[in-house]
Amino acid sequence: MNQQEIIPHLFRTEYRKIVSVLCKRFGFDQMEIAEDIAADTFLAASQTWPFKGIPPNPVAWLYFVAKNKAKNHLQRGLVFESKISDELIKTSPDSYETELDLSPQNINDSQLQMMFAICHPIISTEAQIGLSLRILCGFGIEEIADAFLSNKETINKRLFRAKEKLREEKIKIEIPFLSEIDERLAPVLTTIYLLFNEGYYSASQNNTIRKDLCFEAIRLCTMLVENKSTNKPEVNALLSLMCFHASRFDARIDKNGELILYENQDTNLWDADLISKGGYFLNCAATGDKLSKYHLQSAIAYWNTQKADTKEKWENILQLYNQLLQIDYSPIAALNRTYALSKANGKEEAIIQAEALNLTDNHFYFALLGELYTGIDDMQAKRHFEKAFELAKTVTGKQAMQRKMDGLGS
Amino acid sequence: MDEYALIMRHEDGSKIASPEQMQAWMKQTMDWIGGIAAQGKFVSGTGLLFADAKVVKSNKVVTDGPFGEIKETIGGFITVKADSAEEAVEFAKGCPVLQGEGNTMEVRRIAKNDGTH
Repeated sequence: MNQQEIIPHLFRTEYRKIVSVLCKRFGFDQMEIAEDIAADTFLAASQTWPFKGIPPNPVAWLYFVAKNKAKNHLQRGLVFESKISDELIKTSPDSYETELDLSPQNINDSQLQMMFAICHPIISTEAQIGLSLRILCGFGIEEIADAFLSNKETINKRLFRAKEKLREEKIKIEIPFLSEIDERLAPVLTTIYLLFNEGYYSASQNNTIRKDLCFEAIRLCTMLVENKSTNKPEVNALLSLMCFHASRFDARIDKNGELILYENQDTNLWDADLISKGGYFLNCAATGDKLSKYHLQSAIAYWNTQKADTKEKWENILQLYNQLLQIDYSPIAALNRTYALSKANGKEEAIIQAEALNLTDNHFYFALLGELYTGIDDMQAKRHFEKAFELAKTVTGKQAMQRKMDGLGS
Repeated sequence: MDEYALIMRHEDGSKIASPEQMQAWMKQTMDWIGGIAAQGKFVSGTGLLFADAKVVKSNKVVTDGPFGEIKETIGGFITVKADSAEEAVEFAKGCPVLQGEGNTMEVRRIAKNDGTH
């Protein structure tokens, strides 16, 4: 990895660890200071490395700098406190400890505790996800604004208010009680999946960053699976879903960063190791009596790792989508369900149902209709592909529709 | 948008279907519900079993049933969202129960719990 790539890469993977440990150490009261120290650490790297070269162990370098900065901050605090009150220091011997614990164990614990603290129900779901992207994933304000289709100002305000609230309510950075775990896990899982999708469906051409995001999401989820109190069926289902999706990572993007459609993918590039991991975690998820949306999505993703176009495959996918839509409607699931319907029950039935969806601002809606009409009424098919071409937001999307139109002939 | 109950009425619940028939109906019902859910209009669904079904009469006499003297039985109902009774009726038309001769679908708007109608 070259110099230009390494700092953004390390920012993605290390910022959240450093900031979690710092927040855990300082508490939400000094969250901004924790963020500043973590950001300063990376600033120092970007100011030093271009001139002195990348250190042999860049992560250790970052931890060392972060520790020193934390120590300076804590010592300044100590001097201040000891001047105003000796008593205060005596009653809290912990505050003498200025060494920041950046051991793997403490990094792990701090991140888990931060996940729950940030995803606390006293702040809105949107704020939970926003803060998680900022603190746990090291996203910039602009990237978060993009993810929410909002602007920087709104996001800044939202995060500021959320932090205030966490402070006011004196939220502790800890793992919730067993009785609260299920309820508290839901927003944590939503955030992890959003992070994964940000990488998987990102418009960014930078493959390294996209992969980082996906594998960071997988790592956060793995941490939950490895912890006894959070090792729940839903968590395993989400992990398995992400493994299945990630198995196609190298097959779905070509050398130029362009998307390769499922039907054109080279199955030799599918990662067999991740597919079997997905299978393993899906098995682990098959306990308890709750069928979550992650279970259903993972089962669909499992069938998508079977390339053979069998009746059984499409019937299973159709029924899984039928169930998924009942508990978690989304336009994309509705479109995918209708495609599965055409494969399982035939195009005629699917066309009627597709037209009832009426998702006329969605380019995939017209792409689906084009696909369904192909071979039945090619004129109609062409009309729909043209509409999809118009609505497609990316070059890849437009190219795919152009190829479909060319494929129809005159 | 209002909520409507789509109530499936069977002419005679005592008819026994073959396992293959039941499987086919099951798939058709799931596809029907999936189609409504794909429009984001599905609210909930409740299937009613014929096994252990009882009828309690006004004189507190309890019979197995509702078979025999009662002509129609309710097989189940789903709740959907719809802009109008017409839209709810369109959903109801897709229900595979209607393939059975004499079976009907009843469409009823659900009363809001806030005193408005």
